[in-house]
Amino acid sequence: MSASVDFQEAEYATERPLLEIRNLAIGFTTSNGEVNAVRNAHLTIMPGETVAIVGESGSGKSTTALAAIGLLPGNGRVSAGQILFDGEDISSAGEKRMIELRGNSIGMVPQDPMSNLNPVWKIGDQVRETLKANSLPSGPDDVAKVLSQAGLPDAASRAKQYPHEFSGGMRQRALIAIGLSCQPRLLIADEPTSALDVTVQRQILDHLDKMTTELGTAVLLITHDLGLAAERADQVVVMYRGQVVESGPSLELLQNPQHPYTQRLVASAPSLASRRIQAAKELGVETDDMLAPAETAAVQSSAPDEVLQIQNLRKVFKLRSGFGKSTDFTAVDDVSFSVKRGTTTAIVGESGSGKSTVAQMVLNLLTPTSGKIVFDGVDTSTLNSKEIFAFRRRVQPIFQDPYGSLDPMYNIFRTIEEPLRTHKIGDKTSREKKVRELLDQVALPQSTMQRYPNELSGGQRQRVAIARALALDPEVIICDEAVSALDVLVQAQVLNLLADLQSRLGLTYLFITHDLAVVRQIADHVCVMQKGRLVEAGSTDDVFDAPQQDYTKALLNAIPGAGLMLPPEVA
Amino acid sequence: MPTYILKRFLQLIPVFLGATLLVYFLVFSLPGDPIVALFGDKPVNEAVAAKLRAQYNLDQPFWMQYLLYLKSIFTFDLGQDFSGRPIAAVLGEVFPVTARLAIMALIFEGVFGIVFGLIAGLRKGKFFDATVLVASLVVIGIPIFVLGFLLQFTIGVQLGWAKPTVSSAATVPDLILPAIVLGLGSFAYVLRLTRTSVIENMNADYVRTATAKGLSRFQVVRVHILRNSLIPVITFLGADLGALMGGAIVTEGIFNVPGVGNRLYRAVLSGEGPTVVSIVTVLVLIYCLSNLLVDLLYGWLDPRIRYDS
Repeated sequence: MSASVDFQEAEYATERPLLEIRNLAIGFTTSNGEVNAVRNAHLTIMPGETVAIVGESGSGKSTTALAAIGLLPGNGRVSAGQILFDGEDISSAGEKRMIELRGNSIGMVPQDPMSNLNPVWKIGDQVRETLKANSLPSGPDDVAKVLSQAGLPDAASRAKQYPHEFSGGMRQRALIAIGLSCQPRLLIADEPTSALDVTVQRQILDHLDKMTTELGTAVLLITHDLGLAAERADQVVVMYRGQVVESGPSLELLQNPQHPYTQRLVASAPSLASRRIQAAKELGVETDDMLAPAETAAVQSSAPDEVLQIQNLRKVFKLRSGFGKSTDFTAVDDVSFSVKRGTTTAIVGESGSGKSTVAQMVLNLLTPTSGKIVFDGVDTSTLNSKEIFAFRRRVQPIFQDPYGSLDPMYNIFRTIEEPLRTHKIGDKTSREKKVRELLDQVALPQSTMQRYPNELSGGQRQRVAIARALALDPEVIICDEAVSALDVLVQAQVLNLLADLQSRLGLTYLFITHDLAVVRQIADHVCVMQKGRLVEAGSTDDVFDAPQQDYTKALLNAIPGAGLMLPPEVA
Repeated sequence: MPTYILKRFLQLIPVFLGATLLVYFLVFSLPGDPIVALFGDKPVNEAVAAKLRAQYNLDQPFWMQYLLYLKSIFTFDLGQDFSGRPIAAVLGEVFPVTARLAIMALIFEGVFGIVFGLIAGLRKGKFFDATVLVASLVVIGIPIFVLGFLLQFTIGVQLGWAKPTVSSAATVPDLILPAIVLGLGSFAYVLRLTRTSVIENMNADYVRTATAKGLSRFQVVRVHILRNSLIPVITFLGADLGALMGGAIVTEGIFNVPGVGNRLYRAVLSGEGPTVVSIVTVLVLIYCLSNLLVDLLYGWLDPRIRYDS
């Protein structure tokens, strides 16, 4: 530990920690007996301090936080250790005491703004009951005040609306309002912005920072994003498989990670890494597979023609506004760009920018209102059903949710074999051989064939989805948020795999994503979309180094941890 | 909202025409001659039979009969049944009885089903939950006529707690036992539906958030679990009202309730087309209206479902 820590400790020496977790162990009773989700966890939060717990899904970070507010799920319990809140051990406190503490001493801002507000009550009611439960004045003015402090415009009338009438960012503001409404001394913020767009994320976190600073609230921030943690927290605690592997002041921990897991996390954090993966390969950095030189040469020698040309693409949806009337909603407005064979083009934008609509039109799943999509010299709107069938063979999708895009009733062999069977390619033996090859290509063991999606991890499932997309030897792969649902380390592996497959097979990728950090790692060209329009397009380096449009600059600035300086050997 | 209700009422027109046509056709195609059957063992007097046929339009072809029947409906004169009483009066006599029975059954299954289901859901896996689940399965498994006779015999005859049959006035106390029998099957469904729904909602994120606000357990259950859990239950109850009205035939038979089921059964046996069609039409309308009511309730309970104007 360095001098700065000693200094901080000295500074707080006279003060008692607001929250102190000692030797905490949390077990879950399952049908297979007791499972330990958290072991031997330590954590200290001083009054007014922000501490972040960082880790991937399943690391126990949320479980630790929920234990601190007594909200473990029914089958979970604290099996050892202490949770001291202002000196009082609340790990063994009764429900009555916890109800007293919740709300006015310990507040919570939950993760998913879509599911954490009760859909059948007005926003105002949900704020009011919080104030009321903690014996605070709860008139309409008090409710409006709480909401407007959380940055909700026009709070008095907004309070009369239902959650479904709010956008994701507004719901999160309402949840922050609820969490801070009773001015708790500790706020537990469990991934408070992971479901939001990056620019909204920044606004919300800035606002949360401002409010907690004003109120002197200590914050326990749970996040999977190391960059975000480093930017927002004074102290970072890294959890891995239920244990705290490292903790310390944020910047120090980031610049000089001690534990191997932290080192890996720092190295692969997309918000901190900043080079195209292929570039890394050229530098001699090892990836999953070594390149076969002959194949690379072959790919490079083929002329970089434009395999996809999108010309003045428009898509207008009719929104029903009742009784035969409808209003037009332009989801995609006059978008033109082209994709060169063997390269990766990324379309970035926030939700509602129309990027996924573009992807669906390129996949010929939606018909454009006007404009053309030219694939390999042919306008896709002129294809008859037979030609569309052939087109689908050459253009394959990989979707966001590896849980939803694989049929749970199909084993992996059947999943990967299905496109081959549909397109009547080969016979039973040759198809099985092909599936085995595909599994090799995506670095999954052959034994995976007999397993079912629910037996695989998220990363493994996404590999299966990639294998399925590759089964028909396509030329273009459309990745619609293909890595967004994955943990950082897994995300890095999958991106490496995609880059590797591209250089071996000469694939063309059209990458739809909201995550600029991912764009940086995988794309050659970037198209930035906002509200249906293409606002900026260019090579990745140009767009990142010298963004022309204000919107692009705002997006880039909003990447958590973008402003942090790291030693080059780590980044 | 008013346009939505208007739209739904307009939808009733094709439903009404379709239902009456179908039922009329079915009665028309019943084997046997209802007029001949009226004479029973006595020899058929052809002149009287022909007069009766003309009176009930039975000498006309099917389409004509149907159109004449429609005309009689729109002139608010439903005609007479075979005993010479106006059908409108018959409807006015039997429907209140069955409506009383069905609503009592609905209250029974609603109140007890929701309360038991809520407690079972909140105590998932405990003794109460397990007992109630097994009991509800038994109730669902046993046909209603077996349950009906069983309760009539034990409670009505042996214990004497209730009258085994219903008086012609069919008062509320008279109908308690029949209503319980009628509602028993749906009670088990409501209970299980509520229980499942409660268990699902207990694990919802917003319930955890509500607890984190500092609300007491009771408040969380009342405000956040119960109302959300009731949405599917209300849908079932509304649709069940129609089913209870129509499905009371067996229960009314067991307890000799002078309601729709009994009268409908007699009319079907004697081939009285207009009586059967009139009763069924009213049942269809009740079914449609209770569904409309459910949809409106649904929109009130769940603001995400909006009927925009």
